[in-house]
Amino acid sequence: MVLQLVMAPNWCGCGVASANSTKISTNAFKMSSNRFSFSKPYPRRAYRVTAYYGLTTPPYELDALEPYMSKRTVEIHWGKHHNEHVEKLNKHLKTSAFYGHTLEEMVKATYNNGSPLVEFNDASLVWSHDFFWESMQPNGGSLPRGGVLDQIEKDFGTFTNFKDEFTFAALSLFGPGWVWLYLKKNGRKLAVAPTQNAISPLVWGDIPIIGLDMWEHAYYLDYKDDRSAYVNNFLDHLVSWHSVMVRMMRAEAFVNLGEPKIPVA
Amino acid sequence: MALRSVVSRKTLAPALRHYRSLTTFTLPDLPYDYGALEPAISGEIMRLHHQKHHQTYVTNYNKALEQLDAAVSKGDVRGVVQLQSALKFNGGGHVNHSIFWQNLKPVSEGGGEPPHGALGWAIDKDFGSLEALVKKINSEGAALQGSGWVWLALDNEQKILKVETTPNQDPLVTKGTSLVPLLGIDVWEHAYYLQYKNVRPDYLTNIWKVINWKYASEVYEKESA
Repeated sequence: MVLQLVMAPNWCGCGVASANSTKISTNAFKMSSNRFSFSKPYPRRAYRVTAYYGLTTPPYELDALEPYMSKRTVEIHWGKHHNEHVEKLNKHLKTSAFYGHTLEEMVKATYNNGSPLVEFNDASLVWSHDFFWESMQPNGGSLPRGGVLDQIEKDFGTFTNFKDEFTFAALSLFGPGWVWLYLKKNGRKLAVAPTQNAISPLVWGDIPIIGLDMWEHAYYLDYKDDRSAYVNNFLDHLVSWHSVMVRMMRAEAFVNLGEPKIPVA
Repeated sequence: MALRSVVSRKTLAPALRHYRSLTTFTLPDLPYDYGALEPAISGEIMRLHHQKHHQTYVTNYNKALEQLDAAVSKGDVRGVVQLQSALKFNGGGHVNHSIFWQNLKPVSEGGGEPPHGALGWAIDKDFGSLEALVKKINSEGAALQGSGWVWLALDNEQKILKVETTPNQDPLVTKGTSLVPLLGIDVWEHAYYLQYKNVRPDYLTNIWKVINWKYASEVYEKESA
């Protein structure tokens, strides 16, 4: 959700109070002018800056995940579902008290400890879908390396165990949801958990590392009802261990995962 | 058309051994061909919906029943409680879809024909008109976040018709014990995605062409007698 700055002054006439022609575009800082009428000969402009969320593009072409996730699926999943949540979120933000929060703050705050407020669904799904696209890459999957593999083996025993747990959690969902690899702050280890509907580890304060969308729209066009093929292909061919590494590195600023291994000469 | 799960215990005479017979469930046949509801609902969706999704609910419900039976006979309270979500999900899925297949009918066999008689009058009384009811069901179905069902229900206590939604596979009875399902529309994505993609409102608009009001009328007249 990058906020892009676009300068678009909007004014008309001279010394005439005009109605704000507020055209909200979903991809811009919008500069709108409030015109006052007064006796001074030159116009003065006051700008009120409003900012809304934009639809972030996945970090690859829409067909780059073929054949494991078709271009058609990505086009509809990103261009329609994800986009719809962005637009609905922006609609809420016009009147919401949470305007100005970062998306992560908003997800946690609007979850409201289990009695979610009206903004939660869209805010959380915008965040989760951004996270999801970035959890994948073309030619992904196979094995992680180095510190990531070490941490997974430390917390799951073997890499295969991790894959099994992840798959089991994904298939255990009753109804729409997500499955996450996340870092537990308490316990300082990686764990896997399924969540329902729009919930993510953000709501309970942990750090997501991988997110996989298990709503039917994420896989139905490509896999019909065969969820295990979808999850296996995600793990074997799509998951971006590069993203995982970057996210783990960032997480280490918040969670102490142990002494670094400094080689001794 | 109510489905009841029966776990019957047959005790053999002087209570030395208890034989428990477990009723298991099977996938009901569709009363029409998979392609008979086209173009409102594609044959591919009907086939997957019936042969894969509904069958999975039946299979997993039977499995959960067996596990429940074992837990009950062992006196494993934790086990019994843990099985409740699987029972509700899969049992609900079986109940809901069994009703759903009856709620649909090919156009050639009367699908889409508006309700007459008692149900028609009740709809006019409680919603103003059939159009108003359809509009309400469509808007509630479209607004449902996630997966679930939208129902036209008869409240047997208050003697009025209501529109309700239930999440996931929760059967209508979870919204009120006096509620009787007359019509249920599945708004899980698997019910429409292959044909309508993300445009759930189009699916809801089109499904009325194959809705079996005759079945709804029969249930209504039976329950309000």
